[in-house]
Amino acid sequence: MKKENIVELKNISVNFDGEQILNGLNLDIRDKEFITLLGPSGCGKTTTLRLIAGFLEPDSGDIMFEGKKINGVPAYKRQVNTIFQRYALFPHLNVYENVAFGLRIKKLKESEIKQKVTEMLALVNLSGFEKRHIDTLSGGQQQRVAIARAIANMPKVLLLDEPLAALDLKLRKDMQKELKKIQQQLGITFIFVTHDQEEALTMSDRVVVMDGGKIQQVGTPQDIYNEPENAFVADFIGESNIFDGIMKEDYRVELSGYTFECLDKGFSANEPVDVVVRPEDVDIVSPEKGMLTGTVTSVAFLGVHYEIIVDIGGFKWMIQTTDEHKVNDTVGLFIEPDAIHIMKKSEYSGKYGDYSSYSEEMEHLSDVTAEE
Amino acid sequence: MKKKSFGSRIIAAPYIVWAAIFVIVPLIIMAYFALTDANGAFTLANLAGIGKYKKAFAVSILYAVIATIITLLLAYPMAYFMTKMKISSQRMIMLIVMLPMWMNFLIRTYSWITILANTGLINTFLSKIGLKPLQLINTPGAVILGMVYDFIPYMILPIYSVMSKIDKSLLEAAEDLGANGKARLHRVIFPLSLPGVISGITMVFVPSVSTFYISQKLGGNKNLLIGDAIEFLFNNGPDYYNVASALSMVLMVLILISLAVMNRFSDGDEGGVVI
Repeated sequence: MKKENIVELKNISVNFDGEQILNGLNLDIRDKEFITLLGPSGCGKTTTLRLIAGFLEPDSGDIMFEGKKINGVPAYKRQVNTIFQRYALFPHLNVYENVAFGLRIKKLKESEIKQKVTEMLALVNLSGFEKRHIDTLSGGQQQRVAIARAIANMPKVLLLDEPLAALDLKLRKDMQKELKKIQQQLGITFIFVTHDQEEALTMSDRVVVMDGGKIQQVGTPQDIYNEPENAFVADFIGESNIFDGIMKEDYRVELSGYTFECLDKGFSANEPVDVVVRPEDVDIVSPEKGMLTGTVTSVAFLGVHYEIIVDIGGFKWMIQTTDEHKVNDTVGLFIEPDAIHIMKKSEYSGKYGDYSSYSEEMEHLSDVTAEE
Repeated sequence: MKKKSFGSRIIAAPYIVWAAIFVIVPLIIMAYFALTDANGAFTLANLAGIGKYKKAFAVSILYAVIATIITLLLAYPMAYFMTKMKISSQRMIMLIVMLPMWMNFLIRTYSWITILANTGLINTFLSKIGLKPLQLINTPGAVILGMVYDFIPYMILPIYSVMSKIDKSLLEAAEDLGANGKARLHRVIFPLSLPGVISGITMVFVPSVSTFYISQKLGGNKNLLIGDAIEFLFNNGPDYYNVASALSMVLMVLILISLAVMNRFSDGDEGGVVI
């Protein structure tokens, strides 16, 4: 089944004060899909969203909506609605009037407005909140009002700019499910922006990984996790051990002085490549049975599994295992051919080292820095 | 209520003393004079006698209302366009708005005489280009012009400060929901700037209704304002203190009533009017 593209971005570039924010971006967004723009702060994902919303014009390139160029069409004439990061609810209006805002502008009849608002508030589980003042709502409730207000206009595309960033973890998980449900119920396109890779993987039909104003990879969550195209994607999505390797021949790659069997082919003989091995795909065996041997340098218990760091010839591997190991144990590593993923060398090669400087705490700190 | 600590009471003490000496005590003195006769005996005769000044009250209120409306109509667009400018331009305009406030009020009013007088700037110019001179000075229009000129900064500043704090994302949200420029102004900017408008109205109406001097200099004493009447009576010596105090008290009550009415419009909203 071929799906139509509802939004197409063609060779878009945007500069602010001489700084390139988007660099020749091409992206087709299909009708009725849940697509997520994922990347670190400053990667251009929010800029992309603002281009589609109409708050920003590209310096070059075309924005197409249902096959028609919409460059220069003001935001208020576009058939898209946005859910803003900080909700941007109108403080002078109550819940009902906030949701009715777009409908009043369209000059709908009072009876139609009432019906629509009631329906929308029911959809986001806020029936009975009509008369409430915005200030009296919790963050999660404000979020729901923002959703109701945006979808009351029946947009063809809903843009969501890190809508869950301000919610606590539990609420965020609930809202993820709810948003997904709403998207399926309404059957409209959602373009979701986040820097949270887990959120992107759980909710999306397709994920667009961005960095430095460019798209690094577009694919299903499975694709980008299992088949990252370069070291950046491999590092940004989940945990990865990324090595410099040499592709000896088809299906054979050398790394850390050992030649592994793998499932990749099509590289030239002795081509330098980046090799990704996910921490959960490594089996720990006794040293004599291992393909590689090394020393455990740190162990962290994470509930479901242990996260251990193993030093192999000076390179620190991260391995997730359900078995307990002690620091200074000598262990062997066993890697199945399908656990090895080979990537072409890219500008990101060598930028992501091993886990020698890894710390849980740092990871969490960098997680909460939301994008402005 | 929570008990205040000793420290915070010490810090508040000078302000309480200040308020007592310069606000409470004068009010008591005013009330005492208003409710006593020349011999210090209690009487309501002073209050009963203010009927004579009905016209002055009416003219004062009328002029103040007109001046406030004109001020609002001029100041609101000005504040709105200021918020759309670059920050550096906003500061510049702000300075220009505030600059006259650094000059003495009497001098500012006086300078209008040289502009509006029968042989003043405008009429000299008109006669130079062969037009008939206009009667500008000593008209109600001149008085209202004086009020507008003197008090407009007090309208611009609160409106500008409220308007410039409106979250830009609200305007984006409104645009996103289909509101064009006019609808954004009407449905978002105006309602959110109302607290500033109400502050501005109060800050212009109150001094306008109680002003003196402007009407004496620019209105030629044709239409006595209540502020002028009070000044006139006080200048006539201690015999008139009682009536003058009664007039002041009635004026104050009128102002308080109008403030209460204004506050009605902004009730519930954070703090209401700043005076």
